[in-house]
Amino acid sequence: MFDVLIIGGGNAALCAALMAREQGASVLLLESAPREWRGGNSQHTRNLRCMHDAPQDVLIETYPEEEYWQDLLKVTGGLTDEKLARLTIRASATCRDWMRSHGVHFQAPISGTLHVARTNAFFMGGGKALVNAYYRSAEKLGISIRYNAAVDALDIDNDGRFLAARIGTERIEARSCVLASGGFESNREWLREAWGQINGEWVADNFLIRGTRFNMGVLLKFMRDAGADMIGDPSQSHCVAIDARAPLYDGGICTRIDCVSLGVMLNKNAQRFYDEGEDFWPKRYAIWGRLVALQPGQIGYSVIDSKAIGRFMPPVFPGTKANTLHELGLLLGLDPVAFVHTIEEYNAACRVGTFDHGILDDCHTEGLTPAKTHWAQPIDQAPFYAYALRPGITFTYLGLKVDERATVHFDGKPSANLFVAGEMMAGNVLGKGYTAGVGMAIGTAFGRIAGTEAANAAGFSRQKKNNQEKVRNGDA
Amino acid sequence: METLEGLINEARGLAANELEVSRVMTICNSCRYCEGFCAVFPAMARRLEFGKSDIHYLANLCHNCGACLHACQYALPHEFAVNVPKAMATVRLQTYTDYAWPAALGTLYQRNGLTLALATAGALSLFLALVMIMRGTLLFTPLHGNFYAIFPHNTLALMFGTVFLFAMLALGIGVRRFWRTESPGPASAGAMAEASGNVLQLTYLGGGHGEGCNNADDAFTLWRRRFHHFTFYGFMLCFAATSVATLYHFFGVLEVPYPFFSLPVLLGVAGGIGLLIGPTGLLWLNLRRHPMHGDQAQKPMDRGFIVLLLVTSVTGLTLLLWRDTGAMTLLLAVHLGVVMALFLTLPYGKFAHGIYRSAALLKWAIEKRQPTKLRTADE
Repeated sequence: MFDVLIIGGGNAALCAALMAREQGASVLLLESAPREWRGGNSQHTRNLRCMHDAPQDVLIETYPEEEYWQDLLKVTGGLTDEKLARLTIRASATCRDWMRSHGVHFQAPISGTLHVARTNAFFMGGGKALVNAYYRSAEKLGISIRYNAAVDALDIDNDGRFLAARIGTERIEARSCVLASGGFESNREWLREAWGQINGEWVADNFLIRGTRFNMGVLLKFMRDAGADMIGDPSQSHCVAIDARAPLYDGGICTRIDCVSLGVMLNKNAQRFYDEGEDFWPKRYAIWGRLVALQPGQIGYSVIDSKAIGRFMPPVFPGTKANTLHELGLLLGLDPVAFVHTIEEYNAACRVGTFDHGILDDCHTEGLTPAKTHWAQPIDQAPFYAYALRPGITFTYLGLKVDERATVHFDGKPSANLFVAGEMMAGNVLGKGYTAGVGMAIGTAFGRIAGTEAANAAGFSRQKKNNQEKVRNGDA
Repeated sequence: METLEGLINEARGLAANELEVSRVMTICNSCRYCEGFCAVFPAMARRLEFGKSDIHYLANLCHNCGACLHACQYALPHEFAVNVPKAMATVRLQTYTDYAWPAALGTLYQRNGLTLALATAGALSLFLALVMIMRGTLLFTPLHGNFYAIFPHNTLALMFGTVFLFAMLALGIGVRRFWRTESPGPASAGAMAEASGNVLQLTYLGGGHGEGCNNADDAFTLWRRRFHHFTFYGFMLCFAATSVATLYHFFGVLEVPYPFFSLPVLLGVAGGIGLLIGPTGLLWLNLRRHPMHGDQAQKPMDRGFIVLLLVTSVTGLTLLLWRDTGAMTLLLAVHLGVVMALFLTLPYGKFAHGIYRSAALLKWAIEKRQPTKLRTADE
């Protein structure tokens, strides 16, 4: 029997496994995906949001706790547990050396990433390189790993104590367990149910899944039905607007469309529906998925002109291109008359001052609803381009309610040996919205806590081990 | 990818392997997670689309280190099937073929195993035949390392000088064609120093973090860099040994046989040992290489060149050890035959990668000093 069982194979699961092993526990990690798809959504990540009170290795200037907390408060609109959020923030300041000790490399900020080098530490090669490093370290430390191991149920006694995990008829016992098997974004049925119908349309049927195809939410549903305390709204998620031609799963970062703030966004009726110039793109990026989801047909069209070319990250698919607005409207399958009218109305409302995409500039619209408050320039320089966008779900926020020890609760009572980390509990900190690198910060902080606590619950701790050694060496 | 994109690329006159690099770079350019690994990615990020000259430049900038393949969220089994090292390797061969001089010999790259075999067999036969003609038989009473008693110095200098100069000319013309497809502008002293440093230290086999590149799996290793260093510096030492010996002969400093503790012999021995360790290591790594790295079809070219270098050092060192015996003539003929084969195939084999890669690194050193035309923001 293993001391600690880890269910899941992404960043949080690996952090938990490594920490538990470091305490001396024997560890088995069960990843539901095959080896080549291992790592869940972590393989699509890129960075870690880090608090720091002085410039540190790859981070410039300072990003103090209070500013980090305010940023989180703003994006979540208050849907966050301050105690757990501050714990995550503080942990983000000190985890990098531990990450490095397990082979993770950070890269010095270069080229386009400079303006996020203050708040975020970038993984060299991205999240898959990080996941590879953790798996290598885990194997080296003697952690047992099984792929294609999708746990479908747990045996839990009446006191909320973990007894065993089940894979079909197989029963895997352990002294303690960490759940880190992600959310339910790959489960189309559940998404459909969570989002429901708007104007007769099943909203989620038009969603693309930007992350892993393996997060079916099986254990999340099991825990909910088993009476675990839950937190979060099932319709809340990291939901961004991505290229409508993106693959159904695993589109990852490259399907993003970065030009929304440079032009206008129209819906299926060729109408604008939100201020494209509200704030900098990294800050507003995560709101557009939800905005598009609430539009008819769950589709939006970002329209730009030639002035924008070379000012945004190149998209993976070529844009629809036309020499006149009328033709572009036709190519998009929109009513060309309404399309041209909307753009001309916008163009006429533009009050162009000094355009500067690097600041909240003074180019704005007047007398237009909704307004475009910055970077408003007429769309008048042919050729014109458009990108069709759909909501892309990266990960969901519905999860298990935890305390600062990452313990799973039943009716307000903590389990003695069942812990949870990562996407399965991120909703405690992140009730809605998103800001870059926070998912990895939560996963790393709570993965490490859950691993340590699980080892403790199984009778292992560094303290205890040291004492045992002292006894053996005759020092005590 | 889109059929529309395919049509556009076809209109741009790209071959299938160049199209693949264009497709892959378009995906990489919208991801950019790999920018810390090597120069390919920052160079890519300065472009929005990829024409023939961009593709050839980026392909030669790629060191085939494999890091970006293991880190790639879009590698197989993902439907995007991104494999930068493979796409780049395929185009590199295309580059060598396209820019080769004389153009007709460019096709030798395509059948490099055969080329090497024929060159080696031919050169060996030539030297053995020369011995027969000049001395009638291969085995003699010991000549005590007096090579020139068999092949007069001037004959050797003429033969090897001609072949070597031709090789340098052919490679020079090829790399000049490569450079001129899209010249990045004049090279500053800083750019030249940086590019030289990158070549001499193999900076981009360091992985961006100093732990090395990938070989068999997703773990990093510095051995490819080390064995490459042994090979390169071993080759240079052997070259220096030959050059010094030639100078000694012309200026009458020393007469053959040079004593063991003379400069040409010491340089040759050191170089020979380097060329023993380096190619052996590279061959070992090559056999254990992850099958998705690079272009499998080019393995005969890689291994052919490695083995030829290895045979050069083995025959050279053997010759040194037995130069005082009756076997010297035979050993000398074999060694010279191998070296001649090496020289003959320099411009039409794996050796070319060093020349083209150095040129690409210089292009990058120049380009990175120029302001970018794009203002794309990341994240």
